[in-house]
Amino acid sequence: MSDPITRPGVTAPRSGGERGDGVSERNIGLLGERKKARLEELARSTADKGGVSLVRDAVRRLRRNPVAIVGAIIVGLFILVAIFAPLIAPHDPVQRFPELTKDLTVDNIPGSQSGFPLGSDPLGRDFASRLIHGSRQTLFVGVLATVIGLGLGVLIGAIAGAFGGWVDQALMRVTDVMLALPSLLLAITLVAMASRSTQWTVIFAVAIVNVPIFARLLRGSMLAQRESDHVLAARALGVKERNIVLRHMLPNSMTAVIVQATLTFAVAILDAAALSFLGLGDPDINRAEWGLMLGVDGQRYFEVRPELAYYPALAIIVVALGFTLLGEAMREAIDPKNRR
Amino acid sequence: MSLLDVRDLNVVFQRRGERPFTAVDKVSFTVEPGQTVGLVGESGCGKSVTSLAIMGLLPKRGNKVSGEVLFEGADLLKLRPDDMRDRRGREIGMIFQDPLSSLNPVIPIGVQVAEVLERHQGRDRKQALKEARELLDAVGIPDPERRLTEYPHQISGGMRQRALIAIALACKPRLLIADEPTTALDVTIQAQILTLLKQLVDETGTALIMITHDLGVVAGLCDTVNVLYGGKVVERAERHDLFARARHPYTHGLLSSVPRLDSPRGERLHAIRGSVSDNIPWTEGCAFAPRCDNVVDACLEGPPPLEPTATGGDLRCNNPVQEEVAVP
Amino acid sequence: MLRVIVRRLLQLVVTLMALSALIFIWLRNLPGGPVEALLGERATPERRVLLTKALGYDQPILVQYGKFMQKVVSGDFGNSIRTGDPVTEVLSRAFPATIELAAAAMIIAVGLGVPLGYLAARHRGRILDNLTIAGTLLGISIPIFFLGYLLKDGFTQNIHWFPPSGRLTTGIDNTTVTGFFVLDGLLTREFDVTADALWHLILPAVTLATIPLAVIVRITRASVLDVLNEDYVRTAEAKGLRHRTIRGRHILRNALLPVVTTIGLQTGALLSGAVLTEKVYNWGGLGTLITDSISGGRDYPVLQAIILLAALVFVVVNLLVDLSYAFIDPRVRVR
Repeated sequence: MSDPITRPGVTAPRSGGERGDGVSERNIGLLGERKKARLEELARSTADKGGVSLVRDAVRRLRRNPVAIVGAIIVGLFILVAIFAPLIAPHDPVQRFPELTKDLTVDNIPGSQSGFPLGSDPLGRDFASRLIHGSRQTLFVGVLATVIGLGLGVLIGAIAGAFGGWVDQALMRVTDVMLALPSLLLAITLVAMASRSTQWTVIFAVAIVNVPIFARLLRGSMLAQRESDHVLAARALGVKERNIVLRHMLPNSMTAVIVQATLTFAVAILDAAALSFLGLGDPDINRAEWGLMLGVDGQRYFEVRPELAYYPALAIIVVALGFTLLGEAMREAIDPKNRR
Repeated sequence: MSLLDVRDLNVVFQRRGERPFTAVDKVSFTVEPGQTVGLVGESGCGKSVTSLAIMGLLPKRGNKVSGEVLFEGADLLKLRPDDMRDRRGREIGMIFQDPLSSLNPVIPIGVQVAEVLERHQGRDRKQALKEARELLDAVGIPDPERRLTEYPHQISGGMRQRALIAIALACKPRLLIADEPTTALDVTIQAQILTLLKQLVDETGTALIMITHDLGVVAGLCDTVNVLYGGKVVERAERHDLFARARHPYTHGLLSSVPRLDSPRGERLHAIRGSVSDNIPWTEGCAFAPRCDNVVDACLEGPPPLEPTATGGDLRCNNPVQEEVAVP
Repeated sequence: MLRVIVRRLLQLVVTLMALSALIFIWLRNLPGGPVEALLGERATPERRVLLTKALGYDQPILVQYGKFMQKVVSGDFGNSIRTGDPVTEVLSRAFPATIELAAAAMIIAVGLGVPLGYLAARHRGRILDNLTIAGTLLGISIPIFFLGYLLKDGFTQNIHWFPPSGRLTTGIDNTTVTGFFVLDGLLTREFDVTADALWHLILPAVTLATIPLAVIVRITRASVLDVLNEDYVRTAEAKGLRHRTIRGRHILRNALLPVVTTIGLQTGALLSGAVLTEKVYNWGGLGTLITDSISGGRDYPVLQAIILLAALVFVVVNLLVDLSYAFIDPRVRVR
């Protein structure tokens, strides 16, 4: 796996392959008409293979890659379930049902029964409905943490990459401080700094952890491009520096950023679950979120009813796997090494 | 008995989900002891694959090699991998195109030369290093003592290629295969390396297979030349005959595309049209047909056979070039 | 070379200074101020004034920062709010436990990861390779505290192969020398202690090793694949060298260079993972300390000390890894 930070994103489309002329005029007369057509066809099919843009090339390769397809299906299903959760879930996720609370004690959490396929959670709510609704909150936490991290990181990286010099140096020292702490410890520090945990402190903490990663990725890509031929050409043509950054360097770096964002999503929901496990998660008992369900109830009642841990864990694993597969496949697809 | 007798060598690349591709198609040629034989052609014509097949260095998967490669009568293709390993570096040496990437960047030059001697001559490290010093000296590397402990990135490109030649010749092999040994070098260095090769081959009596796309190299070095196109030998001739009278339109094209000092002012260089990718499968006709000036109907009916010529060579063409090309 | 080292050291100092400044600001801006954080909300005003004076919080902020830094450099982090013990003492008990766990995990990750990655690369596209890749993907997608619970449930509840928690069986008599129990047992020739400590160490170490293992397998595999395509490997084959020589001297020697960098970076994953793993197995190291310092009302003196210590370890390890490159890769060596 080569370092994504040093890899420029998309490069300029390749120029069309130098195509041979096939058959020269003066010899065609020697051949029968049928042969002529065949030769021309052969010549056409062997030339004209270049010119496909790298992005289109990458998409074509993604669609042929089973890993990407599996990842995309998982991610797609996850998003669909999240959108339509209220329609899919049999019950309200925060309602406590008398059928479930009836026998509920700390040592006995009712399992599957009619109307409640996965049984109860520790508060007498429908576990299946909470799991389904959990996809929404998980998507929410993951997307926000990723987007905030990406936004701040891209901002820092773009400024550093566009200006270079001391601006770059100063910003990189800032990311150094963020990178000086191992990721989860940084998140713990950030959450602990807030006097009280909320869903937002978790999202923010997980997001900040990813800021230096995006910043360095974008900066590296942009610095590599500063010296590239197409940027030099644009500069020679008198394109304004601002436009070079906005129209040439940034868009070309974004592919790598998007790939990183896909991978970050998986890390974000795992980190959020870890914070919940450490007691630093969202204290709202009504919130159904997989990390919270696994980290709090799943942990506390593991001996009583391990399903409370198994199902959210399985959901997290599958979704994290889906995003990782998709991200890895995307990274492979944009890698110029794999271009054919 | 020839030193090396390649008979009907076939290499087919077969990747899962893709059509098999015949890179080397029934190639036959011989190398006599001490002789220098050229394999000439554009990139993609199968000359490198041929050499790797002889050395048994093709990837284990994804290809099928058939035919016979008789080295002093023994078929190398039928040897057990370990027996082949014993011969590589000892009886057959090989030099590659890019000397920088062909040397291990994190091992000192001395060890890279010495390890061949340790492997095949049973020397210990100390003795091997001493001999390595002499070898580096013999290939014209200045201050060989110091080079022993240096790394490839610390020496020049020409010296790296000299070091590779030292490695290939360390065990005094009877056959040396040089795969485009000068392509990656500066023009001035190219001549030095070729001179060195010629000198070493003459001194040691080692036979040499010279793989190149550069007819200048052929003119200076080779006794016999095999011209390859599309994985097939299209013409074989003694060097003198080839330059005096190239019969195959492809060879002819190669010769006429070399710029010459004595050609009339204003005369245009002759370039062969198209590129190697414009060939048709041999089963359907002559692979060179789409690029050929002399193409006739028969060229598309089926592959022409390789037939002996009056001058003792071989030729695979329906409509050979008749005119005479002046000797360069 | 010397200039690079000096520059890196300066960068390291600046980074740690910045981090400590942040922590200082954080402590000064605690809700209700640090005094209330220490005394709780119901303290009498007299006590507050007393403590404010005692801690020097009535002095100018820069003086305060100077004193804070002075204490930090001398390793004085005050006393734990929770237990009242000096933070330094609390840390010196917990630190070796975490290092022992992390080191064991790293040994597993490298010892298993490098051969697996190599084998996967050599069998590219075959069953072994595909299984390995699937395993690594699963490894990085599974919440490791959940994996910890699964292993604990599987190996300590019904089949009692391993103890469920702790570092030693209670009642076993051990002499503390270094604080690394496995090592202590060897040093004092109390081999029962070593055996018992190892027995306790295995499950947590395996749990903690998951992510670094997955990453090292992937890096090794990718790196070996790159190297296998290198011309110098073909040269080595053309020399007729023995398989063993080619594997060791020509393939692994080059392929492991990126793996070394990864090992440095994975120290971070180990420290992060230790927090989770230690909670699952009640290990009693820094991770347990963090959890305890958070849940029982925030124990700020302990937290800030752990944060600075973790940052120091992580940064120093990465510096050492970078510097070690000068010795293992001649291309970055200065003539």
